[in-house]
Formats: sequence, C-alpha cells, structure tokens
Amino acid sequence: MTQPDLASLPITAFEDVATLSARRSARWRPGLAAMQGKALHSEIFASSREAAGAGAALALALDDWRCAPRADGQEAEDRRGVLWVQTREAARLGGRPYRAGLPQDLQGRVIHVLAEKAEDALFALEEGLRCRELGFVIGEVAGNPKALDFTASRRLTLTAQKHGVPLFLLRIDAARDLSSARMRWDVTCAPSDAPEWNAQAPGDPAWKAELFRARSHAPGEWLLSEKGGELVASRARENADRAVANWTAGLQHRRMPRSA
Amino acid sequence: MNTGTADKSHPPPQARRILSIWLPAMAMDRWRLGAPERRQLDETPLVLIADTAHGPRIEAANRAGAAAGARAGMMLADARTLCPEIATAPSDPAGDLAFLEKLAVWAQRWGPWSAMDAPDGLLVDVTAVPHLFGGEEKLVADVAAAFARRELAVRCAIAPTAGAAWALSHYAASGTVLGACDDAEARLGELPVAALRLDQDVVTVLRRLGLKKLGELTTIGRDAIQRRFRNRKSPAANPLIRLDQLLGRVPEPLLPVVPQQMPLVQRRLLEPIRHRQLLDQVVSDLADDMARELEGRGEGARRLELGLWRVDGEVTVRRLELAAATREAAHIVRLFASKLDDIDAGFGIEMLRLRASWAEPLALDQGDIEAAAETHGIALSALVDRLAVRLGAQAVTRPVPFASHIPERAQRWQAPLDPEPASQGQLAFHKRPLKLLDKAERIAVLYATPDGYPQRFRWRGEVHEVSRVEGPERIAPEWWRERGATRLRDYYRIEDQRGRRYWIYRLGIVGDGRGGAPDWYLQGLSA
Repeated sequence: MTQPDLASLPITAFEDVATLSARRSARWRPGLAAMQGKALHSEIFASSREAAGAGAALALALDDWRCAPRADGQEAEDRRGVLWVQTREAARLGGRPYRAGLPQDLQGRVIHVLAEKAEDALFALEEGLRCRELGFVIGEVAGNPKALDFTASRRLTLTAQKHGVPLFLLRIDAARDLSSARMRWDVTCAPSDAPEWNAQAPGDPAWKAELFRARSHAPGEWLLSEKGGELVASRARENADRAVANWTAGLQHRRMPRSA
Repeated sequence: MNTGTADKSHPPPQARRILSIWLPAMAMDRWRLGAPERRQLDETPLVLIADTAHGPRIEAANRAGAAAGARAGMMLADARTLCPEIATAPSDPAGDLAFLEKLAVWAQRWGPWSAMDAPDGLLVDVTAVPHLFGGEEKLVADVAAAFARRELAVRCAIAPTAGAAWALSHYAASGTVLGACDDAEARLGELPVAALRLDQDVVTVLRRLGLKKLGELTTIGRDAIQRRFRNRKSPAANPLIRLDQLLGRVPEPLLPVVPQQMPLVQRRLLEPIRHRQLLDQVVSDLADDMARELEGRGEGARRLELGLWRVDGEVTVRRLELAAATREAAHIVRLFASKLDDIDAGFGIEMLRLRASWAEPLALDQGDIEAAAETHGIALSALVDRLAVRLGAQAVTRPVPFASHIPERAQRWQAPLDPEPASQGQLAFHKRPLKLLDKAERIAVLYATPDGYPQRFRWRGEVHEVSRVEGPERIAPEWWRERGATRLRDYYRIEDQRGRRYWIYRLGIVGDGRGGAPDWYLQGLSA
C-alpha cells in the first residue's frame, strides 16, 4: 500500500471534504498548539507505580503553554497559576507534587487541592476550569469511580472549551472507559538517554506515549522527552504511519482518482 | 549630654506633651462599680484574689483591707492570719484589660490619640491641646474631675516624654506638670529609680549598688552603668535606655488605641421564615446591604458571620472566611448557600444579622471592566473561596520551601494566597523527584551490589531490576531538631529495567551504632 504524503496535500480553492479531513488528520506533533490552539481536555492513563503520567502531563501542558499564540491583550509572560487536584486515594498511591522537583517555571505557581472523594475532585476541577487566572488544571483520579462517567467528562469538556483553560486528567490505574476527552493518552516510562557526564546515571525523563483516541488526530505512539526546555517526540513504531493511512483511507480513496 | 543641654536652651517649638494617667486602684474600683450593693462593703476589709498553684493570692485590696495588712501579691492564707474576717472576690484581669481599652478610647476627649499603659495606666498625647482647656493646670484638673465623677482613683501628670510623664504620675504629686523649658534632669532627679519603669530585678540591682534616686544614676558615670548592663537590650532591663527615653534623647514609639467598628447589617422579619427559598432571599438582601456598607467604607470583607435568631430562642451562627477581601454580593450569597443546607428553622427564623468581623481595605474599582472579565471566568480568590467552603480550608494549599535538609520537611503547605515566606534559593546540584510519597515506603532488597545499592528490590509486591543508578547523596540528620539516635540517609536516584525512575534511600549505615542492619525506603517518584 502506498503511503500518502500528507504534508504535501494541496490547499486548493475547491477544498473538498477529503482534503479538509486529510489536513485535519495531520498527525499530532509537539508545538501543534501554535496552529490549532491548546488541547483543552486530555486524559492520560498511567500506572500508580510511576510518575510518568504527571511528568508527561506537565510536559504536554508546558508545550502547549509555550507554543500557543498570544492574544493581543495578553501579557508577554504568562504568570498564571496551576491547579493540581488529587483525590486522597491518588495522593496515597502516587505521592503529592514536590516543589523542588517541579519544572522551574511552575515551582511558585502550583495550588494543590486534596479532595476526599471523586465527586469533590470533579467539583474542584470544574471550578478550576472556570477560573481565568489559571494557566491549566491537572487532575488525578485513581481507578474508575462511579462519579466520573461520560456525563461528567462531557461537562468538563464543555467547561474547558467555554473558558479556554486546558485540563489534563490523570487516570491512575484506570480502565479505558467511556469519555469525551479530546485526546486520550496512555503513558508509561521509557528508558532514558544516558547523560553526557555520567553514563551510569538516570538521564532526562522519557516517556512512551500512546495516543489511542483523539478527535482530530490519528492515533499513534511516540517517545516523548524534554530537551532544552522543549518537548521532543520521536516516532516509536513505524507501523504507526500505516495506522494513519488506514485511518484516512476511506477519504483518500475517493480523492485518488480525481488527482490521477 | 551636649544635645541635652542644647535642647534645654532652645526648646523645639513643637515639643510633645504627653499626659500620663495612672489608676492606682483600678481593679478594686472597677469591682466596686460592678453592682450597687458592693458599695456597702467599703468599710469591710476586702481583697480580690486569683488562684495560683500554691493557693489563692491577693491581686488587690481595698482601703480597709490594706489597713488590716493585706497587700497585693500576698497569699490569702497569710492575710487571713492578720485579719480573719477578710472578705474575698475573684479578680478579673481580662475584664480589667478590656475596661482599660475602653477607658483609653474615652480618654481621647483630652487628646487626638491615646495608648494603653497596661495594666493600669493610660498615655494621652495632648500636644497643642491644653489651650482648649485653658492651660495645662486646668487640663489636669479636668482629668481629675472627670475620673472623680466616674469614682475612679487617679493620678496624672504632663511631661514632654512618655517616660517622664509616667514617672511623675506614679512617683510625684498628682497633677504635676513638667514644662517644655524646665530642667527635666533636676526636676526628676529626686524620684526613686523605680520611676524608670524597670523590671523588679533591675531595681534590686540598682538598690544594691546604692543608686536609689534618678539623680544618682548620673553621678557614677555613664560608662560604669553601660558596662554593668551591656547585655541587656530590652528597655525595661537597661536603666540607660530608660533614662534616655525619660529625657527624650531616644524616641519611644507608642501604640495608639484606634476604635474600630465592624460593618453590621441585620433584618428583623415581620413573619418568621421557615422555608429555604425565603431564607435565600433574605440572605441575598443582607449581602447587598453589606456590599453597600463595605463600599462606603472602602473595604472588603475577609470574614463574615451570619447569625440566625429563631423564634424559640436558638441562635445559629455560620462563619465564612474569604481568601481575599471582597464585597461582591453574589459571591457571598453563593458561598453561604452551601452553608445553609443543614439549618434547622424550627418554628421559624425571626432575625438575621450579617457581620464582617474582619475587613481589609479594598479600593473602589470600575465596575464594567470587571464585568467584561467576568464573562471569561472567575477570579483566583473566588475560586479559592469556593473550594475552601466545600472541601475545607486545609484542602486547598500551596507548597512553599522551608529551610531544612530533610526532603519531606523542606516543603510545607500554606494557604494559597498568603505571601511566600522568604527562603534561600535552592542549590540545583541534585535533582529531586516530581512526586513525594506521604510516607516513605519500605522496600525489600533482594540482591545488593557490592557497591551498596540494591540491584533488585521489591516494592508494593513487584520486583524491580535496577539498571542505572546515581548516588549516594548523603543527608545527615538535623541534630538541632532530632534526637541523637536518628540515622543518616543515603539517597540514590535509580532507574529500573523499564525506565521507571525512583528516589530511594538507605536509613543509616552498617556499624554506625544506631541500630541494626540499615533499611531501604522508597520516597519519591521521578517523572
């Protein structure tokens, strides 16, 4: 099967549905927020045995934060705070954020909320999304609580869209249930690159992130890491390309005869 | 000394005048005025007592009691041996202080501001005031007359400094006036050294040195006294500082009493309300009134108390703390709404009162700018309020650094909008984990390398194979905080075969004499 080169698709005057869809189906990559705006509601599934979920969520959020275009009236430097909501169960399993280990930009900005129940955590998340003085909101919920059903996630999506505050919901040890999140990731740790000066030491964090469902992107799998203050994604598997092809295949087939 | 003589020859035109008022028998007078029938006890020996670990002690005695031999500070049992028929009443120091505070505000009739001189004195600044009373002599006569009308014993004096006025009111004839041009050193020289407002032990030291009068302090030379009291920094323990304050060579700040009134709004209802809908309406009316009241004062509320008076005499109070000063009625109503869910109206609520017991200045702002922003969302302080009301104030916090080497102690949680405490910048030599477990969890080491760190360990029922390691970073116990037997920690950053990064430590080392074989703990999860 031939691989369509998606980047070279022409932007013609008679943009048909196929072209539009193909352009929209451009694969996810870091820095996409500069064109498409921030990803407003993401879910990140992670294990409670590692901090990969929180690390990747912060990396994705900061990537969006850095790359998103500034509105006219906005300040040059964004000094807004970050709301970090944890249920008590999630805090017990995965620990609480540690200020000295947070990214340098965020150390003085985190406001932590410890909720006893999932209902309280959802309330805090929704109130946080309504707040104009927050850069983004991180939630950590352990397991699949009954309160976090499709209606609740839809509520969060709508609130995030209305107020433009991104939400990163970490699902600790959870099954992939029904959700209206725009991007759903599954993140695990990946072996890090050896540092320059001490090959024996653990290096900068790296994560294996699988985007298994997204509204406007093809699914795929990447190796994420942060280099020089920027998020870097390298392709994890070659057959991810094929997945893209298959995902847009129906639309592409209709377009092919016309160009031929 | 030179400056002192210069002051005397050229008195500053705007020299301050301080009126010191001393109520020698304030506690006794206040007790006597408490009820009309207590006046009949004037002729019987009576003392006010406080309970101590060694039995009741006399705090104050009336004239008859003093004549019978009772003194303040004496044990009641000793006084009873002198005068068996002595009557007692409990003393009330907190009430005395509150009375003095009210008296300080009342004393502002003689000057623009007044300060309390606990336990039984007042200081009033009467600079440029005496001509309104016809001169300083008439002013002190007015003070004496006003206190006589209230049946309070009083002694007062006017002097250029608070120290001098205090000394004259306590140790000179009542009504003494020390003019701005008078030679203060000569006039005050005859007073005892206790007039310097010194602690009792310092007075004792001076008496043993043979220095009994103020004038004698200058005879032995300043250097000698300076050497003797060089370690005493507190004014009450150092006679030189007190002497300088008395003569006006060093300034002595006083804390004025400023009367404050809380914003308070209330509604009395014609018909007692029993339904939630009506209650919400009244609360929203009250919030509107409160917002108007606060706006008029240029303030915003930080703490609000809503009292609900029921027909059957029960009173329910709901308290609310706000993260930042606010006077938004809608916000206040919303926060109270969740607190009113469990109100029992009984036979009905007949009165509601809203009181801002803590208000902070909040400048007036233009309404429509904020209104435009409101369409985008709520402010951070409003968010913190809403979260704190539902989840409790301790659930919403912010991590702040704390001066400690121990990782779990180096971070504290404080209220989110409080200013961050000053701290030393962190040294970025060592990487710290992104998350710290609430309590370090013990891990079972299955195989340790000869270097000392674990090659294979079990944590929460799963075996981890260590592939990369960095360390140790040794953190010694903080001997100034912890017991001597606390063991040091050797921290390692590790990465296991699947790339999971942890922060583990060994508690103690072999042979440190502080316990058996060292244990291993997992404390942090790195990103």
